[in-house]
Amino acid sequence: MTLHTEPVTVNIGPHHPSTHGVFRMRVTFDGENILDVEPVIGYLHRGTEKLAEERQYTQVITLTDRLDYVASMTNNQAYVLSCERLLGIDPPVRGMYLRVIAAELQRIVSHLVATGFFMQDLGAFATPLMYAMRERERILDLFEMLCGARITVSYMRIGGVFQDTPEEFWPALGRLLEELPGYVDELEGLISANEIVLTRTKGVSIIPAELAINASLTGPMLRASGVAWDLRKAAPYDVYDRLSFEMPLGEHGDNYDRYLVRIREIRESIKLVQQCVEQIEPGAVRATTAMLFRPPPGEAYVPIEAPKGELGFYLVSDGSIAPYRMHIRAPSFVNLSVLREMMVGWKLADAIVSLGSIDFNMGEVDR
Amino acid sequence: METQLPERNVLYGWVYDAVKDRLGDDWAWLAYALGAITVIMVAVNAFLLLGTLFTWIERKLVGRFQARVGPNRAGPFGLLQPIADAVKLLFKEDIIPRRADRLVFNVAPIVMLAPSLMALAVIPFGDRTFVADLNVAVLYVVAMSGLASLAVLMAGYSSANKLALFGSMRAVAMLVSYEIPLVMSILGVTILAGSMSMVAIVEAQTIPYILVSPIGVLVFLVAISAELNRPPFDVTEAESELVAGYLTEYSGMKFGVFYLAEFANVLLAGAIFTVLFLDGWEWAILPSHVWFLLKVMTFAFMASWVRATVPRLRLDQILEFAWKFLFPLSLLNVILLAAEVIIWPEPSAGDLLLMAAINWIGAIAAIPVMARIVSLSSKPVGLIAPEVR
Repeated sequence: MTLHTEPVTVNIGPHHPSTHGVFRMRVTFDGENILDVEPVIGYLHRGTEKLAEERQYTQVITLTDRLDYVASMTNNQAYVLSCERLLGIDPPVRGMYLRVIAAELQRIVSHLVATGFFMQDLGAFATPLMYAMRERERILDLFEMLCGARITVSYMRIGGVFQDTPEEFWPALGRLLEELPGYVDELEGLISANEIVLTRTKGVSIIPAELAINASLTGPMLRASGVAWDLRKAAPYDVYDRLSFEMPLGEHGDNYDRYLVRIREIRESIKLVQQCVEQIEPGAVRATTAMLFRPPPGEAYVPIEAPKGELGFYLVSDGSIAPYRMHIRAPSFVNLSVLREMMVGWKLADAIVSLGSIDFNMGEVDR
Repeated sequence: METQLPERNVLYGWVYDAVKDRLGDDWAWLAYALGAITVIMVAVNAFLLLGTLFTWIERKLVGRFQARVGPNRAGPFGLLQPIADAVKLLFKEDIIPRRADRLVFNVAPIVMLAPSLMALAVIPFGDRTFVADLNVAVLYVVAMSGLASLAVLMAGYSSANKLALFGSMRAVAMLVSYEIPLVMSILGVTILAGSMSMVAIVEAQTIPYILVSPIGVLVFLVAISAELNRPPFDVTEAESELVAGYLTEYSGMKFGVFYLAEFANVLLAGAIFTVLFLDGWEWAILPSHVWFLLKVMTFAFMASWVRATVPRLRLDQILEFAWKFLFPLSLLNVILLAAEVIIWPEPSAGDLLLMAAINWIGAIAAIPVMARIVSLSSKPVGLIAPEVR
């Protein structure tokens, strides 16, 4: 006897514990096997791009904080770099070093959060997440010293950073750099060789290098597929050309590789911050600029390697005090485009883990 | 080893005698009823209170495991947290989905909690402290524990929610797979003790069976955590996948009852484990009831520890694990024990030690071999996706 069965369509999201915000997937199931998945976005649309057209160039910095709210520093950095290209401003060296320190700390934060939630999606009862959050907390304390805010930092300015570091920053940073590798070891000890994690993630949702390139993936998603592409090396901005670091690459492009690449990048980021601490010299942190920017008509786009991939602000100026048009190239949005390839043919449980391994942020996807 | 089995429960006897002495033999029925009600009240309330307390213990423990503090606001050390939670749940609106099967939806929480209370009847909590010394107690407990999955199926089915249905379907698949190794591991204990009575099993343990039957312990612990829906087998309410699984549509005190039943079931499982493998209340340094409770809490502590440590397996991997790894192991366990019992029909402590040695050698040999044979992997399910739009 054969039973009549039919596919079931289920809405995963927009309110769901593991859609990382208000992401929605219309998933068609055959039992627990996924036949089709259709992403629906737009629940967190705040019109950032349009808002920017109504604001002066400096005021837009605060809007960028709210894009990828797990990595505000790199959002700031991408925006001010584009503005500086547009205006032809060269920030002082110390300011650029401070930017890189902040950006790399932010990368650590973002990857920690990504790993924590990835494990949460795997069904770990919040333990790795809490470990990750504990370390994140210490980095946010550093951000608080730098600029007074922890999440919505608005630390960077067109022509440098907001202000020079307070006295207590450097010893605190030194302590953190000493302890962080141990913390990362502890977190990795929970996960990397865990039999259940290996069983659940190895070989799941493989993205071949060719597909990764064709889908214009960037960041850890791309590098996990074995493609060596990192804007910090390919098109160095700020002071990355003076720093040396390795580019961790994955072999298979499966969920486990994406996790592993992030953990290794945390270690590389620690090295980068250490180099910055050694190389940084006293001096001005911010170029002397006008209070109100009126860039000449033209356009600028400076992509940076944000924690989640290539982030860039395409700015068009018509010579007024506000951008004529600002387009945000958000890595999360582009990385989500392989969703269907990653999920179809797998089970619900795998799909959720794959979603976690993309490490997207709805603030950035919906803008 | 010739201990005379006590005829009746201490508490029951005390109430019965007191009433009967005052009112005379004509009122024996009243004495019987009062005695029975007293015992039931004490057992059920103590169990539920302990279950409530265990929610606090687990949250505190998991908090420490996760480098957090855990609940510490309500009362000293947050001890009143369970009560605060219960009050909150009582005041919440009781929502029933419009398309829900109302009767089944309402009955499901009761079906969840009742079997664990019923299973209490045969558990000896201490020296001469039990409601009934049933001669098929083990069978009875297994039957009761199976009922919880029925409640999960009822809840998921009646919620008119696809995610809840997913959860309950998973529960049924788990039940079918894990009940068998569970029963097999308990069967080993029954073979050893020569009885299905919980009291007799405790009396028979001159050496705790945790030492005698290592494979049985392993299989029991794994299978019971699947039965309890605890990580790594918590697929029925997998938060990251199914929101709350079969619980998704429940709110207010109905949710509270499910929640309480789950925690109470951990304690019940701990009590069963204590009786079957840890020699129940015996070998007591402290009063037997406290000693028993300590053993149960040790089990509960281990359960919390596991919960805070491991991620979740996928459903098909869980089933694979049950059928390919646990089931053959539990068969091996039963065969070993049965053969040993044929050789030593009335095992003395020395015989038991000898059996333990054989079983440990068997376990150390069998488990790595089995693990080699069965290696779980994430294979694609091999579907060609049709365009379903």
